Amino acid sequence: MIWNKEAECMRTGEREKLQLERMKAILKRAYKNVPYYKKRFDDAKIKPTDLKSLKDIKRFPFTAKTDLREGYPFGLFAVPRKEIIEVHTSSGTTGKPTVSGYTRKDIEIWGEVVARALTMCGATKDDIIQNGYGYGLFTGGLGVHYGAQRIGATVVPVSAGQTKRHLDIMQDFGSTILTCTPSYALYLTEAVVEAGINIKKLKLKAGCFGAEMWTDRMRDEIEKRFHLMALNIYGLTEIIGPGVAQECEQKNGLHIFEDHFYPEVVSPDTLEPLPDGEKGELVLTTLTREGMPMIRFRTRDITTLRREPCKCGRTIVRMDRVTGRTDDMLKIRGVLIFPYQIEKALLEVKGVEPHYQIIVTRPQHLDEIEVQVETSKKLFSDEVRQLEEVRKKIEKHIENSIGLRVKVTLVEPKTLPRSEGKAKRVIDKRQL
Amino acid sequence: MEVKQISLFLENKKGRLSEAMDVLAKAKINIRALSIADTSDFGILRLIVPDPEKAKKALTKSNFTVRESDVIAVGVSDTPGGLAGVLKVLTDADINVEYMYAFVEKSGKKAVVVLRTDSIAKGKRALKKSGFEVLSADKVYNL
Repeated sequence: MIWNKEAECMRTGEREKLQLERMKAILKRAYKNVPYYKKRFDDAKIKPTDLKSLKDIKRFPFTAKTDLREGYPFGLFAVPRKEIIEVHTSSGTTGKPTVSGYTRKDIEIWGEVVARALTMCGATKDDIIQNGYGYGLFTGGLGVHYGAQRIGATVVPVSAGQTKRHLDIMQDFGSTILTCTPSYALYLTEAVVEAGINIKKLKLKAGCFGAEMWTDRMRDEIEKRFHLMALNIYGLTEIIGPGVAQECEQKNGLHIFEDHFYPEVVSPDTLEPLPDGEKGELVLTTLTREGMPMIRFRTRDITTLRREPCKCGRTIVRMDRVTGRTDDMLKIRGVLIFPYQIEKALLEVKGVEPHYQIIVTRPQHLDEIEVQVETSKKLFSDEVRQLEEVRKKIEKHIENSIGLRVKVTLVEPKTLPRSEGKAKRVIDKRQL
Repeated sequence: MEVKQISLFLENKKGRLSEAMDVLAKAKINIRALSIADTSDFGILRLIVPDPEKAKKALTKSNFTVRESDVIAVGVSDTPGGLAGVLKVLTDADINVEYMYAFVEKSGKKAVVVLRTDSIAKGKRALKKSGFEVLSADKVYNL
């Protein structure tokens, strides 16, 4: 099912024409109304009228998260504050949070793109959407909420956490679609089993999971345990929130809603744009945002853009599942490693549960990685020799995949932190 | 029925063994015999208890990773050479011992050796053939 055929199945020429028109307009508005952009464009000696084709966007300066902090709180708004009807902020884990302001039209656009995303997960008016994303300053909760209401589905705003409530509502209301972070979904699958709930009696058919990185192996695990189709949603507060891109049932990448968000992939080293099919950092420009236009925002997310047609019929570009962030790349003994690579290798070993933690230390001038793995029933043996073999097998497998030696430690089940929001997978104890 | 041994995974952390013991105490499970195999990071606690099912349930409920495995219990005379005799039989029959532990029966006349061999059936057969007393599950649980 496609929510907005006109927008999602546009012909290339048509789409590019619309994008160019919108890009010109937003550059003009940003330059005119936001002193930050005026200064940056002037410094780069470029004017909005210099944009003749979509490709010309690469001549405009990037916007980084740190730039947004300079404008904290309302410095990047392109409309008078009274036009802003809602604000959200990022989590602020790495400093002052960044503020995103929405006009009435921005909220409408947000509802529209999330409606498209939820429709990809099979949501219709007849569905009950159990929303486990946090309501509040975080965009997850309200973003999904607006999209669900746009469709006319019944949205149950449970919010994050409150596991018992989630379980009760899932059973009593017969929720058909679950929306939350993938790590929380996995946590819920355990809670369901522990509570002795018969999964076959649940009515869940799909899950719309995002707001953190996850792997196909985690998807398999969630799908197997919950008997539902688990799809990936992507978005970020600075751009709009969830609903920038969404995976369709083909599960081969996330469709970016290009009529509202213009994507580029650039090399993390040179910051030069890369051709489709090459892996790099995703850079997004909002094409329609009124309250806070975002010009060439560096997402720090690593992905690849793909233009090959998708079987679902949508013509909009797809991005690969985000496989890392340029800022949580770990540099271990000079080698760049993404936690995702370790997870992938780890989960390829039979019997390993997707609960792990990576600890990086530097005991004597040399970086060391310890991977703590929960000892599932399948891994456990009453013989030391066999347990040691399991440990070594995991070590060997990770080493073969990432080219670095790691130390694997077996820990007791359910002792690693389970997150109700974003999972904390890496603890970097190095003091550099 | 084979003699069942309960084994559980213990992280090398302060208090974990005592937590496991607490669980058993609360479930009113008495321990007949135990042994711990330890490495620098983790340990494996092996137990013989009168009601292995109940112990397994209680421990699993408290989030321990538990496994049940078959072992052989042999009664040997509590005199020098008692164990040596048992091991010789197994060596001669080309049976490998994965691990073992022993305890002395309450009367003090006999020692009970708990053995895990690569094949339980073969181990039992060899021991019985050489005249050793292979104890039944009931007998071991109620010692």
